[in-house]
Amino acid sequence: MIMPLIKGLALTLKHYLNPFKVITMQYPDEKWTPYPRFRGLHELQRDENGKEKCVACGLCSTVCPAECIELEGDENEQGERFAKTYEINMLRCIFCGYCEEVCPEEAIFLRQDYELVSENAKDHIYNKEKLLVPLKKKK
Amino acid sequence: MMEALIFLVLAVIKVAVVIGVLLLIIAYLIWVERKVMAHMQIRLGPMRVGWHGLLQPIADGLKLIFKEDIIPAHASKIVFVLAPVVATVPALLSIAVIPFGDTISILGRSIDMVITDINIGILFVLAVTSVGIYGIILGGWSSNNKYSLLGALRSSAQMISYELSLGLSLIGVIMISQSLSLVDIVNSQAKYWFVILQPLGFLIYAISAIAETNRCPFDLPEAETELVAGFHTEYSSMKFALFFMAEYANIVTVSAVAVTFFFGGWRGPFLPPVVWFLIKMALCIFFFIWLRSTYPRFRYDQLMKFGWKILLPVALANILITGIVIVLV
Repeated sequence: MIMPLIKGLALTLKHYLNPFKVITMQYPDEKWTPYPRFRGLHELQRDENGKEKCVACGLCSTVCPAECIELEGDENEQGERFAKTYEINMLRCIFCGYCEEVCPEEAIFLRQDYELVSENAKDHIYNKEKLLVPLKKKK
Repeated sequence: MMEALIFLVLAVIKVAVVIGVLLLIIAYLIWVERKVMAHMQIRLGPMRVGWHGLLQPIADGLKLIFKEDIIPAHASKIVFVLAPVVATVPALLSIAVIPFGDTISILGRSIDMVITDINIGILFVLAVTSVGIYGIILGGWSSNNKYSLLGALRSSAQMISYELSLGLSLIGVIMISQSLSLVDIVNSQAKYWFVILQPLGFLIYAISAIAETNRCPFDLPEAETELVAGFHTEYSSMKFALFFMAEYANIVTVSAVAVTFFFGGWRGPFLPPVVWFLIKMALCIFFFIWLRSTYPRFRYDQLMKFGWKILLPVALANILITGIVIVLV
């Protein structure tokens, strides 16, 4: 009965006597690097010509368990469908990644960004400008 | 007339210094506890306020002063306000009889390094620390909250159970030193510390002192998993801070008593007596924190069983053995 008690005390003392080995991350000073398959902020993709990949099929919105994706489709002059509006409510999103899995066009990916803080609830509704990957400048 | 005036001035200076140092120790004890416990659990603890969080106690104090002071609508107001004071004052009071140094002479006048050396010192300490429990019970009862009341009832039951063995564990030392005065007890440890003569007594004292101060692993009165926060659930702002202070003042007191009774008080080579006293006390307090960061909480029935069925008989046996040895030797 006594030995386990002493063992416990020895363990805590061992950790105390080694003050440089700590697992705390001083967050704003040092930042965590996510793993490659981490599911962070969504990103809407473009094809090699810079055109949006999304065809507004609405599968992501259907599969979403948190019902946080809202989109409205439209057709351009060539008769190709595209998303006129595309909004994700980040306060509802649970970052499950189902939208990424279900997308037939590989148009949406969950990326590494995890710092999604805002003082305003409205800022958490991300529209297309915020989600779309920026256009690469042509060389 | 002149003599009385000098006595009064000296007493006031001694009280002011001791209370000042005690409050400083209490404030920084909270920082030390958070820091030590953090490193024992491979964390860092407070790091943001000042260098390694050194200004944390000041920040906490300021925050608590400016917090809203809430008195629940159905609380018994007078008792509710009085309870934190009743808890804190005895905790600070009992340090008055602890000797923290040898008699020194300044300008041909000998000054005892103790606020007052009364001949029933230990009875004073035990009596005064027992009054502190009223603060907890009154606070728990007047909050008009079932969790507070349960916490207070638990703590009263715990105090009664462990105060017995606490008192009995000190009797062995009193039998050897033949005095109730703490100054005499320190003086009779000139050759060897009483922890060598009374190892069992010290063990019982250590366990029941932890239970008396409501510290982990005996912190049932404030078991947050069952009782929200125990007796101080409804307290906020400075009233809460007073309960907090009382807890830490009690830790300092029982550590000081342990040093006086078992570790030779201020006695030690080379360094000044006050420094020795503070070092020994710091080690006792470190032990408190060490236990808290290691052990889980007792279950309530285990606590009662341990107090009455193990600790009390062992304490009585210790007195019997001590008596037999004193008679025979």
